[in-house]
Amino acid sequence: MKLQKNSLLALYGVLEFAARPGELVPASEVAEKYGESAHHLAKVLSELAHAGIVESVRGVGGGYRFTANARRLTLLDVIRLFEGLDATPPATSESATAVDRALGQVLAEIDQTTIATFGSITVATMLKWVERAAAGEPEPGARFRAVR
Amino acid sequence: MGWPRSAQAEIIAIDTAVTGIAKRGYWHSIFRRYGVAGDANRQFLVADDAGTVVGFVIGEVRDWEFGSPPCGWVFAIDVDPRARQKGVGTQLLTAVRERFERVGVRTLRTMLSRDNPLILSFFRSQGMTAGHLIPLELEIGPGGLMP
Repeated sequence: MKLQKNSLLALYGVLEFAARPGELVPASEVAEKYGESAHHLAKVLSELAHAGIVESVRGVGGGYRFTANARRLTLLDVIRLFEGLDATPPATSESATAVDRALGQVLAEIDQTTIATFGSITVATMLKWVERAAAGEPEPGARFRAVR
Repeated sequence: MGWPRSAQAEIIAIDTAVTGIAKRGYWHSIFRRYGVAGDANRQFLVADDAGTVVGFVIGEVRDWEFGSPPCGWVFAIDVDPRARQKGVGTQLLTAVRERFERVGVRTLRTMLSRDNPLILSFFRSQGMTAGHLIPLELEIGPGGLMP
Protein backbone atom coordinates (compact mmCIF):
# COMPACT_ATOMS: atom_id res chain seq x y z
CA MET A 1 0.00 0.00 0.00
CA LYS A 2 1.03 3.62 -0.36
CA LEU A 3 0.40 6.40 2.07
CA GLN A 4 -1.00 9.68 0.85
CA LYS A 5 1.41 12.57 0.63
CA ASN A 6 0.00 14.39 3.65
CA SER A 7 0.28 11.32 5.85
CA LEU A 8 3.85 10.80 4.78
CA LEU A 9 4.76 14.44 5.46
CA ALA A 10 3.09 14.21 8.86
CA LEU A 11 5.09 11.12 9.75
CA TYR A 12 8.33 12.79 8.63
CA GLY A 13 7.55 15.73 10.87
CA VAL A 14 6.42 13.70 13.87
CA LEU A 15 9.44 11.40 13.75
CA GLU A 16 11.90 14.24 13.32
CA PHE A 17 10.43 16.25 16.20
CA ALA A 18 10.00 13.23 18.47
CA ALA A 19 13.61 12.23 17.90
CA ARG A 20 14.66 15.56 19.40
CA PRO A 21 12.37 15.96 22.41
CA GLY A 22 12.10 19.46 23.82
CA GLU A 23 14.00 20.93 20.91
CA LEU A 24 12.50 23.45 18.50
CA VAL A 25 13.05 22.19 14.97
CA PRO A 26 12.43 24.51 12.01
CA ALA A 27 9.97 23.10 9.46
CA SER A 28 12.35 24.18 6.70
CA GLU A 29 14.95 21.77 8.07
CA VAL A 30 12.53 18.85 7.79
CA ALA A 31 11.36 19.91 4.34
CA GLU A 32 14.94 20.13 3.13
CA LYS A 33 15.94 16.77 4.59
CA TYR A 34 13.12 14.97 2.78
CA GLY A 35 13.19 17.11 -0.38
CA GLU A 36 9.59 18.23 0.15
CA SER A 37 7.83 21.55 -0.28
CA ALA A 38 8.12 23.68 2.88
CA HIS A 39 4.75 25.24 2.09
CA HIS A 40 3.02 21.84 1.87
CA LEU A 41 4.76 20.64 5.02
CA ALA A 42 3.66 23.77 6.91
CA LYS A 43 0.00 22.99 6.15
CA VAL A 44 0.40 19.45 7.43
CA LEU A 45 2.22 20.61 10.56
CA SER A 46 -0.56 23.02 11.32
CA GLU A 47 -2.96 20.03 11.37
CA LEU A 48 -0.61 18.23 13.74
CA ALA A 49 -0.49 21.30 15.97
CA HIS A 50 -4.29 21.49 15.93
CA ALA A 51 -4.38 17.84 17.06
CA GLY A 52 -1.98 18.60 19.93
CA ILE A 53 0.79 16.40 18.59
CA VAL A 54 3.24 19.25 18.04
CA GLU A 55 3.38 22.88 19.03
CA SER A 56 4.79 25.72 17.03
CA VAL A 57 6.83 28.61 18.36
CA ARG A 58 7.09 31.62 16.09
CA GLY A 59 9.96 34.03 15.73
CA VAL A 60 13.72 33.81 15.65
CA GLY A 61 14.86 30.42 16.88
CA GLY A 62 11.31 29.15 16.55
CA GLY A 63 10.11 25.92 15.08
CA TYR A 64 8.12 22.87 16.06
CA ARG A 65 8.31 20.77 19.18
CA PHE A 66 6.85 17.30 19.79
CA THR A 67 4.25 17.45 22.56
CA ALA A 68 2.55 14.05 22.47
CA ASN A 69 3.49 10.88 24.35
CA ALA A 70 5.81 8.96 22.01
CA ARG A 71 5.06 5.70 23.81
CA ARG A 72 1.35 6.06 23.24
CA LEU A 73 0.96 7.91 19.94
CA THR A 74 0.72 5.39 17.10
CA LEU A 75 1.29 5.72 13.38
CA LEU A 76 -2.44 5.19 12.98
CA ASP A 77 -3.20 8.21 15.19
CA VAL A 78 -1.15 10.38 12.84
CA ILE A 79 -2.27 8.86 9.55
CA ARG A 80 -5.96 9.03 10.47
CA LEU A 81 -5.71 12.80 10.67
CA PHE A 82 -5.09 12.85 6.93
CA GLU A 83 -6.71 9.82 5.38
CA GLY A 84 -9.44 7.34 6.15
CA LEU A 85 -8.20 3.87 6.82
CA ASP A 86 -11.43 2.46 8.14
CA ALA A 87 -12.11 -1.07 7.08
CA THR A 88 -13.93 -1.23 3.76
CA PRO A 89 -17.58 -1.93 4.48
CA PRO A 90 -18.92 -4.99 2.69
CA ALA A 91 -20.65 -4.04 -0.55
CA THR A 92 -24.25 -4.05 0.58
CA SER A 93 -25.99 -1.76 -1.90
CA GLU A 94 -28.70 -3.35 -4.01
CA SER A 95 -26.61 -3.05 -7.17
CA ALA A 96 -23.69 -4.92 -5.57
CA THR A 97 -23.10 -8.25 -7.22
CA ALA A 98 -22.03 -11.39 -5.40
CA VAL A 99 -18.52 -10.73 -6.70
CA ASP A 100 -18.62 -7.20 -5.28
CA ARG A 101 -19.66 -8.54 -1.91
CA ALA A 102 -17.02 -11.27 -1.92
CA LEU A 103 -14.34 -8.77 -2.97
CA GLY A 104 -15.55 -6.46 -0.22
CA GLN A 105 -14.81 -9.20 2.29
CA VAL A 106 -11.27 -9.60 0.97
CA LEU A 107 -10.61 -5.86 1.01
CA ALA A 108 -12.03 -5.54 4.52
CA GLU A 109 -9.66 -8.27 5.69
CA ILE A 110 -6.71 -6.38 4.22
CA ASP A 111 -7.89 -3.09 5.73
CA GLN A 112 -8.25 -4.62 9.18
CA THR A 113 -4.69 -5.90 9.05
CA THR A 114 -3.45 -2.52 7.87
CA ILE A 115 -5.22 -0.74 10.71
CA ALA A 116 -3.92 -3.22 13.30
CA THR A 117 -0.37 -2.78 11.99
CA PHE A 118 -0.39 1.02 12.03
CA GLY A 119 -2.26 1.00 15.34
CA SER A 120 0.34 -1.17 17.06
CA ILE A 121 3.46 0.79 16.14
CA THR A 122 4.09 3.74 18.40
CA VAL A 123 6.31 6.68 17.58
CA ALA A 124 8.79 5.42 20.21
CA THR A 125 8.97 2.02 18.51
CA MET A 126 9.29 3.64 15.11
CA LEU A 127 12.21 5.74 16.35
CA LYS A 128 14.01 2.54 17.37
CA TRP A 129 13.48 1.14 13.87
CA VAL A 130 14.79 4.37 12.38
CA GLU A 131 17.89 4.15 14.57
CA ARG A 132 18.51 0.58 13.47
CA ALA A 133 18.01 1.48 9.83
CA ALA A 134 20.42 4.40 10.20
CA ALA A 135 23.01 2.10 11.77
CA GLY A 136 22.54 -0.45 9.01
CA GLU A 137 21.38 -3.04 11.54
CA PRO A 138 19.02 -5.87 10.60
CA GLU A 139 15.30 -5.21 10.61
CA PRO A 140 13.51 -5.82 13.89
CA GLY A 141 12.76 -9.47 14.31
CA ALA A 142 15.44 -10.53 11.87
CA ARG A 143 17.50 -12.07 14.63
CA PHE A 144 14.65 -14.43 15.42
CA ARG A 145 13.81 -15.40 11.87
CA ALA A 146 13.10 -19.09 11.39
CA VAL A 147 15.84 -21.24 9.94
CA ARG A 148 14.55 -22.50 6.61
CA MET B 1 8.20 -28.38 42.76
CA GLY B 2 5.28 -26.15 41.73
CA TRP B 3 4.37 -22.60 42.58
CA PRO B 4 3.41 -21.89 46.22
CA ARG B 5 -0.34 -21.41 46.64
CA SER B 6 0.14 -17.76 47.58
CA ALA B 7 1.96 -17.09 44.29
CA GLN B 8 -0.74 -18.95 42.38
CA ALA B 9 -3.38 -16.73 43.96
CA GLU B 10 -1.40 -13.61 43.03
CA ILE B 11 -1.03 -14.79 39.42
CA ILE B 12 -4.76 -15.51 39.14
CA ALA B 13 -5.54 -12.12 40.69
CA ILE B 14 -3.36 -10.30 38.13
CA ASP B 15 -4.99 -12.16 35.25
CA THR B 16 -8.45 -11.46 36.62
CA ALA B 17 -7.62 -7.77 37.03
CA VAL B 18 -6.25 -7.55 33.48
CA THR B 19 -8.83 -9.64 31.61
CA GLY B 20 -11.85 -9.15 33.86
CA ILE B 21 -12.52 -12.88 33.75
CA ALA B 22 -11.75 -15.24 36.65
CA LYS B 23 -10.73 -18.63 35.28
CA ARG B 24 -9.50 -20.69 38.20
CA GLY B 25 -9.90 -24.06 36.46
CA TYR B 26 -7.81 -22.91 33.53
CA TRP B 27 -5.11 -21.59 35.80
CA HIS B 28 -4.86 -24.76 37.85
CA SER B 29 -4.33 -26.79 34.67
CA ILE B 30 -1.66 -24.25 33.61
CA PHE B 31 0.07 -24.54 36.99
CA ARG B 32 0.13 -28.32 36.64
CA ARG B 33 1.48 -28.17 33.09
CA TYR B 34 3.93 -25.29 33.29
CA GLY B 35 4.49 -24.51 36.93
CA VAL B 36 7.04 -27.23 37.44
CA ALA B 37 10.76 -26.54 37.32
CA GLY B 38 13.15 -28.65 35.28
CA ASP B 39 11.77 -28.59 31.75
CA ALA B 40 13.69 -25.99 29.76
CA ASN B 41 11.12 -26.15 26.98
CA ARG B 42 8.36 -24.93 29.27
CA GLN B 43 8.80 -21.60 30.98
CA PHE B 44 6.56 -20.03 33.57
CA LEU B 45 8.33 -17.03 35.07
CA VAL B 46 7.09 -14.46 37.52
CA ALA B 47 8.33 -10.97 38.26
CA ASP B 48 8.79 -10.59 41.99
CA ASP B 49 8.91 -7.19 43.66
CA ALA B 50 9.85 -7.53 47.34
CA GLY B 51 7.94 -10.78 47.69
CA THR B 52 4.92 -9.73 45.65
CA VAL B 53 4.16 -11.15 42.22
CA VAL B 54 3.77 -8.20 39.85
CA GLY B 55 3.76 -10.03 36.54
CA PHE B 56 4.27 -13.32 34.78
CA VAL B 57 5.07 -14.84 31.42
CA ILE B 58 4.36 -18.32 30.14
CA GLY B 59 5.95 -19.86 27.08
CA GLU B 60 6.76 -23.15 25.50
CA VAL B 61 9.06 -24.44 22.79
CA ARG B 62 7.00 -26.21 20.14
CA ASP B 63 8.57 -28.29 17.41
CA TRP B 64 7.44 -28.49 13.81
CA GLU B 65 3.93 -27.27 14.36
CA PHE B 66 2.52 -25.46 11.34
CA GLY B 67 5.58 -26.68 9.44
CA SER B 68 7.78 -24.45 11.55
CA PRO B 69 11.18 -25.37 13.03
CA PRO B 70 11.28 -25.29 16.84
CA CYS B 71 10.14 -21.91 18.07
CA GLY B 72 9.36 -20.33 21.42
CA TRP B 73 5.72 -19.43 21.85
CA VAL B 74 4.82 -16.77 24.37
CA PHE B 75 1.20 -17.43 25.07
CA ALA B 76 0.60 -15.36 28.18
CA ILE B 77 2.21 -12.24 29.61
CA ASP B 78 0.56 -10.00 32.15
CA VAL B 79 1.72 -7.23 34.43
CA ASP B 80 -0.19 -5.99 37.44
CA PRO B 81 -1.76 -2.70 36.29
CA ARG B 82 -0.27 -1.01 39.39
CA ALA B 83 3.24 -2.06 38.35
CA ARG B 84 3.15 -0.93 34.73
CA GLN B 85 5.44 1.56 33.02
CA LYS B 86 8.39 0.24 35.02
CA GLY B 87 9.82 -2.18 32.48
CA VAL B 88 8.40 -5.31 34.12
CA GLY B 89 6.98 -6.64 30.84
CA THR B 90 10.27 -6.02 29.07
CA GLN B 91 12.18 -7.90 31.77
CA LEU B 92 9.77 -10.82 31.60
CA LEU B 93 9.97 -11.08 27.83
CA THR B 94 13.76 -10.79 27.91
CA ALA B 95 13.97 -13.53 30.55
CA VAL B 96 11.85 -15.99 28.60
CA ARG B 97 13.65 -15.13 25.38
CA GLU B 98 17.05 -15.83 26.98
CA ARG B 99 15.83 -19.20 28.24
CA PHE B 100 14.58 -20.14 24.80
CA GLU B 101 17.86 -19.05 23.24
CA ARG B 102 19.71 -21.34 25.63
CA VAL B 103 17.87 -24.35 24.23
CA GLY B 104 18.66 -23.31 20.66
CA VAL B 105 15.44 -21.58 19.71
CA ARG B 106 15.84 -18.80 17.15
CA THR B 107 12.27 -17.62 16.70
CA LEU B 108 10.03 -16.08 19.31
CA ARG B 109 6.37 -16.08 18.43
CA THR B 110 3.10 -14.96 19.92
CA MET B 111 -0.45 -14.36 18.78
CA LEU B 112 -2.98 -11.85 20.03
CA SER B 113 -6.11 -10.02 19.08
CA ARG B 114 -5.72 -7.14 16.68
CA ASP B 115 -8.29 -5.39 18.85
CA ASN B 116 -5.75 -5.13 21.66
CA PRO B 117 -3.49 -2.26 20.55
CA LEU B 118 -1.87 -1.84 23.97
CA ILE B 119 -0.36 -5.31 24.15
CA LEU B 120 0.30 -5.31 20.40
CA SER B 121 2.27 -2.09 20.89
CA PHE B 122 4.19 -3.71 23.72
CA PHE B 123 5.34 -6.63 21.55
CA ARG B 124 6.15 -4.22 18.72
CA SER B 125 8.26 -2.13 21.09
CA GLN B 126 10.24 -5.29 21.85
CA GLY B 127 11.13 -5.64 18.18
CA MET B 128 8.51 -8.17 17.18
CA THR B 129 7.06 -7.88 13.69
CA ALA B 130 4.42 -9.70 11.67
CA GLY B 131 5.69 -13.21 11.03
CA HIS B 132 5.38 -15.42 8.00
CA LEU B 133 2.50 -17.42 9.48
CA ILE B 134 -1.00 -16.09 8.90
CA PRO B 135 -3.65 -17.12 11.41
CA LEU B 136 -6.94 -18.17 9.85
CA GLU B 137 -10.17 -19.09 11.53
CA LEU B 138 -13.68 -20.22 10.69
CA GLU B 139 -16.84 -19.73 12.67
CA ILE B 140 -18.37 -23.16 13.05
CA GLY B 141 -21.51 -24.60 14.60
CA PRO B 142 -25.04 -23.24 14.14
CA GLY B 143 -24.88 -19.95 12.26
CA GLY B 144 -21.28 -20.56 11.29
CA LEU B 145 -20.03 -19.45 7.91
CA MET B 146 -19.96 -22.35 5.48
CA PRO B 147 -17.82 -22.15 2.39
